[in-house]
Amino acid sequence: MSPSRKPLPSRPHTLRGFLAVPPLAALIAVLVLAASWTVFSRVAEVSSQGPGAPPSPRTGFAAPDFTLDTLDGGRLTLSELRGQPVMLNVWASWCLPCRVEMPAIERVYQRHRAAGLVVVGLNVTSQDSETAARAFVEEFALTFPIALDRDGGASARYELMGLPSTYFIDRDGIIRNVIIGGPMSEGVILSNVEDLLRVP
Amino acid sequence: MLPFLRVGPLLIQLPGLALLAGIWIGMNFVEKEALRLRLRGSAVLNMIMYGLIGGLVGARLLYALEHLSAYVAAPLSLLAPSTTALDASGGMLVGAAAAFLYGRAKRLPLRATLDALAPGLAAFMIALGVANILSGNGYGSPLQAPWAISLWGEYRQPTQIYETLLAMGVLLVWSFMPAGSLSPGNRLWLVVGCSAAARVFTEAFHGDSVITPGGFRLAQVVALLLLATALYVARRWSAPAGEDRGRAPVPAAQRRQGRR
Repeated sequence: MSPSRKPLPSRPHTLRGFLAVPPLAALIAVLVLAASWTVFSRVAEVSSQGPGAPPSPRTGFAAPDFTLDTLDGGRLTLSELRGQPVMLNVWASWCLPCRVEMPAIERVYQRHRAAGLVVVGLNVTSQDSETAARAFVEEFALTFPIALDRDGGASARYELMGLPSTYFIDRDGIIRNVIIGGPMSEGVILSNVEDLLRVP
Repeated sequence: MLPFLRVGPLLIQLPGLALLAGIWIGMNFVEKEALRLRLRGSAVLNMIMYGLIGGLVGARLLYALEHLSAYVAAPLSLLAPSTTALDASGGMLVGAAAAFLYGRAKRLPLRATLDALAPGLAAFMIALGVANILSGNGYGSPLQAPWAISLWGEYRQPTQIYETLLAMGVLLVWSFMPAGSLSPGNRLWLVVGCSAAARVFTEAFHGDSVITPGGFRLAQVVALLLLATALYVARRWSAPAGEDRGRAPVPAAQRRQGRR
């Protein structure tokens, strides 16, 4: 006598059973839903980034503009440097990491100035003194322009959170990287500058 | 947003601190789960440490390889204690490979180990959300609504808060999952799948998405692929032998009877 055949047990209609072996249809439904949402949320462009972006001291945004006196008696407007890659380094003479990284910044400037690199040193003069800034520049034999932020306006526009702060700005005036704090190694400075120079 | 805290001459990066806290809390969760699963807790923690160190070294070396001329000119920069010169995605792959190799060498059972890692990953995702709240990274698209937050000169979607809340939800889902309700290994895929689904959802509100040709958001596409992988592996690992394509599971006794 052959044993009577019992029907195969169906998957239990409980949460535990559902979790143990989730039905294929449920998984496909989850995937289709996620894929539909992905397609639905496509965008033509990201409004907060690119050349039309509002100025903000943030990667992907237009660099806030400023016009300041320079240590050598001239005037410097950041937006007039469009078309050239700019490394903007915010510093003060009393800031220890600024002292440590400044020789490397000067070396990188010397290495790449012929390729069009512009380095701007933004001295937070409102928290420093012009005499100390001048002595600092002479001590490190800096050859790039030093802008003097006497009233702290430029620092406020850059929402300065710590010193040093460095902004790598491309030829379109868009910030491509921000490094807050330091000291930056020469490799970090060089790699960021070479990324800027690589973009036509 | 509070990215930095100045303590005397020190500039403490709070997002980094949040991530370190996430790693520490996550490792505690992993250790408890490993002991519950009767794994050697110390071996699992060592595996994580190997993964972290391997990931960090890998991320720096890959970054240096991508900027070879810079590091040839300044080779000592390889050793600089900087968090900026890292290839994060490459580092994650190297770290995962290092952890995997250590796990194999120590003969840790794969699926049980993955289960032990699940709460650690869930805790780390919460820390990542908190780090983004502190740094302002992963910001949302412009929004005019009562719950919008002011960031970078505009009112925006609070994507960092969405992501933190959803990550907490994933940890809750994991913690309320009855023991033994999932096949071995699938507790990790549950966390991975839920986290990926959350990212697919929230990426639509981001203002910093990297856009691919066709207007797709890169992070959303990656999350979708991760979700598909999690669902596929979870399904494969939950199907008993001989059960596939939606057929009902056959009890072991009945399978033995059928063979005779």
